[in-house]
Amino acid sequence: MRIRVDRQMCVSAGMCALTVPELFDQDDVDGRVLVSDVTPAEEYHDRVERAVDSCPSGALRLDRATV
Amino acid sequence: MADTPRPLRGLPMRRDDRFAPATGLAELRDRHPISPMIYPDGHRGWLVTGHDLAREVLSSPHFSNRPELLHSPLDAPLPTQERPQTQPGFFLNMDPPDHTRLRRMLTGQFTVKRMRALEPRVEAIVAERIDAVLAAGPPADLVAEFALPVPSLVICELLGVDYDDRDGFQTDSHTLMDLRVPVEERIAARERIGAFMLRTAHRKRGRPDDGLLGSLVHSGELDDAELAGVGFLMLLAGHETTANMLALGTFALLEHPDQAELLRARPALMPQAVEELMRFLSIVHMGPTRCATADVRIDGRLVTAGSNVTVSVPAANHDPRRFDGPDRLDVTRPGTGHVGFGHGVHQCLGQQPARPEMRIGFDALLRRLPGLALAVDAKAVPMRSDMGLYGVHELPVTWRQE
Ligand code: HEM
Ligand code: SF4
Repeated sequence: MRIRVDRQMCVSAGMCALTVPELFDQDDVDGRVLVSDVTPAEEYHDRVERAVDSCPSGALRLDRATV
Repeated sequence: MADTPRPLRGLPMRRDDRFAPATGLAELRDRHPISPMIYPDGHRGWLVTGHDLAREVLSSPHFSNRPELLHSPLDAPLPTQERPQTQPGFFLNMDPPDHTRLRRMLTGQFTVKRMRALEPRVEAIVAERIDAVLAAGPPADLVAEFALPVPSLVICELLGVDYDDRDGFQTDSHTLMDLRVPVEERIAARERIGAFMLRTAHRKRGRPDDGLLGSLVHSGELDDAELAGVGFLMLLAGHETTANMLALGTFALLEHPDQAELLRARPALMPQAVEELMRFLSIVHMGPTRCATADVRIDGRLVTAGSNVTVSVPAANHDPRRFDGPDRLDVTRPGTGHVGFGHGVHQCLGQQPARPEMRIGFDALLRRLPGLALAVDAKAVPMRSDMGLYGVHELPVTWRQE
């Protein structure tokens, strides 16, 4: 799984940081998404999918094929 | 798309079950998740009731939220139409890039991290209000004594309103929201609040602080009118919404005692219970409405440029294609994916402070008021069926004094 991030689209709603705080954080100044690991470990996959589904802006996408 | 549905005449609003979407929406969603609708002013537009389509419309770049393009789906004008159309700083009513510029200036204040830091203040505010309710003794109207004051105190905290000014600010914001008050008085209260936001902001020029107004002044990018507009938007978008969720949510828990019991027994369920209550209650029940800026196809239907599309949040949040047994309140449901805070670029900026307010608020009500119960028959609780935000006008409750 690879997380694709388009920070231009991010509206800083924070759903990602709320859902998987281990991977997602927000910039202190503008609140835009920061990802610590775009190829997250298996244990995070379920929650990453929920985070991507909850993201209101389309800033987060998943490539499932890539390992 | 064989059968073309007959157009609806305005947004259905009558509820036979006070905790379910308006009557008729469920059947409509099953057959026509986007349906033609004739607005009361004669405009021919659409109503969206399906969850996937609701998200599609709200996140599409081809829809505008500028008030001069919008038609009301109800006879009664939407509350947003009471105010001047293009108030500077009021970015809810703007499209990108104007919207983006203003929202980006604020988003750093609303991160999940910043909100964790706000939590102790929310705890203190909630505890003080409960102390006051306990001291006065039963019965109490939870709307007036708890649900309205808590969010306005939290907004003071967020904006950085000085302690000395809070009483006046609270009085004015309650006057503004109270429909029983004559309209001239409400307008006067609104003007005092605008002036007050500016005064507060000006005072911060000398000594910027961590509050929202203080840091906006510090950034130097907003003029006075914009500052006042931003402050006013926070109040308008953050006060009554959270208040109605607190009061209606409490009513829902009292009417579903097994769910309240679960929450007393397993407090760790509270965060998802908040999401479930947001979904189940869907208090934003008359929209949002958007205007197409280009011809777009939604679920095969051609929505032409200039047409309005109203999204029914309650219908979308009760879509069985997305949520199992959607008309059941189930606090153990994994609570993601609802559109109770909207979707797309306008998705609620205040959702991160609203969540701890609700979590801490419900928790305190369930725990600190033993044997909490309605003080009147459930049927006698006055519902806000025809108001911009759903909820209760009053919630008379009682509890055991220990
Ligand atoms: C439970 C309480 C709340 C609910 C149900 C709620 C709901 C919503 C919804 C549905 C929208 C989107 C409107 C649209 O798309 O047209 C919205 C936007 C907004 N909300 Fe909230 N809200 C709540 C609490 C708050 C709080 C506490 C604040 C501020 C402190 C706030 C500030 C805002 C702002 C500024 C916007 C406009 C965002 C934009 O246009 O980019 N809200 N809210
Ligand atoms: S959920 Fe989406 S829009 Fe919100 S902060 Fe994360 S990436 Fe940005």
